Amino acid sequence: QDNRISIWSVGDLGNVGLNGEYQGDPQLLCDIRHNGDVMDMQFLDQERIVVASSTGTVTVFRHHQNNQTLSANQRWEKAHYHVDQDTSCGGAACTGVICNNPEIVTVGEDGRINLFRADQKDAVRTIDNADSSTLHAVTFLRTTEILTVNSIGQLKIWDLRQQRNEPSQIFSLTGDRVPLHCVDRHPNQQHIVATGGQDGMLSIWDIRQGTMPVSLLNAHEAEMWEVHFHPSNPDHLFTCSEDGSLWHWDTSTDVSEKPSFLHQGGRSTTYFSHNTINQSVVSAWLSNDPTKDRMEITNLIPNQTLSVNSLDILGPCLVYGTDAEAIYVNRQLFA
Amino acid sequence: LTAYVAGTGEGGPSSSRLFVVRKDQDIYIQTLRKLFNESHGIFIGLQRSEEELAGKSRKAQLVQVSKNYRSVIRACMEDMHQAAILTRDPALHSQYSTQVSILSAMELIWNLCEILFVEAAAAGPLLLRLLDWVRLHVCDVDNMVHEVLSSENPSKHELFWNVVDVFVLQGRMDEARHLLSKEASANPTSVNMYKTLDDLMKKMPVPSLGNTQTLTEMELKWQHWHEECQRYLQDGTFASSSHMESICKILLGDEDAILEKKDLMTTWYHFLVTRLLYSHPTVKPMELRFYAQACMDLFLGGESSPEPLDTILMAAFEFEMHQVIKECSIALSNWWFVAHLTDLLDHCKLLQSHNLYFGSNMREFLLLEYASGLFSHHSLWQLGVDYFDHCPEYGRVYLELHIERIPLNTEQKALKVLRICEQRQMHEQVRSICKIMAMKALRNNRLGSALSWSIRAKDAAFATLISDRFLKDYCESGCFSDLDLIDNLGPSMLLSDRLTFLGKYREFHRLYGEKRFSEAAKLLLMLMTAHIAPCSFWMTLLTDALPLLEQKEVIFSAEQTYELMRCLEDLTAGKSDKQKFQDDDVETMKVEMLRLALARNLARVIVKEGTLEGS
Repeated sequence: QDNRISIWSVGDLGNVGLNGEYQGDPQLLCDIRHNGDVMDMQFLDQERIVVASSTGTVTVFRHHQNNQTLSANQRWEKAHYHVDQDTSCGGAACTGVICNNPEIVTVGEDGRINLFRADQKDAVRTIDNADSSTLHAVTFLRTTEILTVNSIGQLKIWDLRQQRNEPSQIFSLTGDRVPLHCVDRHPNQQHIVATGGQDGMLSIWDIRQGTMPVSLLNAHEAEMWEVHFHPSNPDHLFTCSEDGSLWHWDTSTDVSEKPSFLHQGGRSTTYFSHNTINQSVVSAWLSNDPTKDRMEITNLIPNQTLSVNSLDILGPCLVYGTDAEAIYVNRQLFA
Repeated sequence: LTAYVAGTGEGGPSSSRLFVVRKDQDIYIQTLRKLFNESHGIFIGLQRSEEELAGKSRKAQLVQVSKNYRSVIRACMEDMHQAAILTRDPALHSQYSTQVSILSAMELIWNLCEILFVEAAAAGPLLLRLLDWVRLHVCDVDNMVHEVLSSENPSKHELFWNVVDVFVLQGRMDEARHLLSKEASANPTSVNMYKTLDDLMKKMPVPSLGNTQTLTEMELKWQHWHEECQRYLQDGTFASSSHMESICKILLGDEDAILEKKDLMTTWYHFLVTRLLYSHPTVKPMELRFYAQACMDLFLGGESSPEPLDTILMAAFEFEMHQVIKECSIALSNWWFVAHLTDLLDHCKLLQSHNLYFGSNMREFLLLEYASGLFSHHSLWQLGVDYFDHCPEYGRVYLELHIERIPLNTEQKALKVLRICEQRQMHEQVRSICKIMAMKALRNNRLGSALSWSIRAKDAAFATLISDRFLKDYCESGCFSDLDLIDNLGPSMLLSDRLTFLGKYREFHRLYGEKRFSEAAKLLLMLMTAHIAPCSFWMTLLTDALPLLEQKEVIFSAEQTYELMRCLEDLTAGKSDKQKFQDDDVETMKVEMLRLALARNLARVIVKEGTLEGS
């Protein structure tokens, strides 16, 4: 197998065509061989990328922008492994990685959580057997707390300051313990968490209250691989799935659509202040009645065939990759 | 897989054969992956496209599909060409270059099939399409054209007349006239000659694509024009310039004159189209075969024999579709081309559904072969699945066999395979794959993962196995591992009795820990009396009852105590004498202690229950 990490450049701003679409395909700048499947990756900082491998190794690559090359900067071999090397059937894949420079947290099929620090050779902390099932994804809740999801439908909060190897809180789905594959936290409201499951269901959790999700939204027809809140426009959420679709969830409400009685009082009311609008939009994610605060859901892929495995968004730009070995870039997301 | 057969000797009673089996290398060529992926998308689109569209719109749709396939081939050719230029390794360079020429041949054949079969161009437009085809594909002369056009004084260039001839041979009248005008301005003495020739070229009637004229009209016009050319030639108008005279002869369709320019045409099919342009522009599709055969014979002239490509193109001109497919299958190393072309032709309803002797029709056979080839690749197998889906007879069987053999090195890959199986109700495969994954997980001591796989497959037997493992761990270590799993089983607890027991047993421990003794007691008893607990575990349960019996406060009621005693007796009675003999002291002591505790409890509770309240 010849797996590679590649860096692409996507057109320059001057190259806009008739409909504002970008002419020209993404250009490959540089690439480097990678051992094993790439299960997850994230930028640590402007130059470094952390990559999780199916062999259980976590590697930090550095992108040298002056001569456009990639090099392996640091590597933690066997970050994830099964205990008995003789009977273990291959390595344990590292399934998720999250960074908060200089800290790196990884989780894997071995149910292990690792806390690394860039440039430190050994792991800062390892929680062995943190979970009896596979940990599918991890994200930061606060700088010292992380969220993990596993294959028996549990969302767990871990406090890394504490020395005990137990989660500080466990949330689970109602009903069947459908495996959860992805998790993301609202960028501004830290108590709002979204997870995606094997049955394609999107769950929104309020971790301040209760141990069950606030809302369950029937979304995809197959595994939801990734869920992301838009980092600067968090009333927008994106999910992608094995069924080949990528959905854009839009809860941004139009101020003028609010019923007229709210207009009373003019300036003295606080209804239209920015903070309140933010709050009322936030509650859109937590509200149980999707008809009250209108949510628009759009499938961004017209002719879906194979699975969309991964996506990312920044500003007006959306990138996603499919099993048809294609990468798609949409630079005019909100046009 | 491709197999080569070498025979020894001529038909002896047992002629031994040597088979050389070679793995299909093409799927591993990096640049071809784009071809496979993109064509997969086009294939799926075609299968899903509406069949209800009839007539012209359906044909237009199919022609578009054909063009899409061709543009994918061309894109691949581009990439391959770039790769050939950039590589420093001579072996790779030659490999890439070979691939480029193979892809180019494929596009040539496909294009011709599109014109003749998919679009089924009628007399008139047929010629125009063939002209386009030739211009697009016979481009050995492009360099020469470019050289002359970009030179300072084109008309003085030594290859000038060659380029004019090329334009005329390919029917590119405007370009030819443009070049000639340069010559005319440089040579004022022969202005009249140029004017005449220019005029003739301008007036040449060509078939039109639209409905502006009927074939008969065109034929009439063409006849007049032809006669006019003839007159000019016979009058000796062009006698002073051999170049222009030969051009005029070409315009008249003179075979020898055209054949003289053999090197400029390079191929017999170019010769064919040029001849048709200047002698039978309204050629009908069915007439092509005669001209094609004649032209090929003339062009090759007995010096060289036809190559595979020539045979394939000839078969196409003869409208022998099956022959085309057969020849391509032999000539090409990979099933890609024939599989997709046959599928398209099948959608055009052009292939008779004559069955091959082993039951499926040709389209299905080729698709099955192609898709099977994909399955030997570690990631292109996903494309193969969709191809199998569209083979009605054997697709499912092939898929069932192939999908179980995909190596599952990560859980994510297993999940993808499972999803494919579930979507197609392949329950056997789902069970088998989940069992494999669960077994792997169990061996790696990932009990939660193992349980998760059993739940997916609804495999009660395996869930029982996992629960037994938990219980065994508990008996050995005295505490539960993986509490996060057992405490949160939820409805999946009902998958197997043993699992339910595990969940309830853990609940008992929890209740005990929270000091909710009477509830714990009730639960414990229920576990035994409702036969949820396996017999092997009864001893442990009864031992767990001991601390409850020894509590200061009476917990078990009389009824419950009787039940417990009955359980104990059932348990000991079940043992044969021999077993009782083998029981060590610990066992017998346990039983003794239990009997004692139960008796004491009974005594206390009878007194308590017998006591009147309030007194």
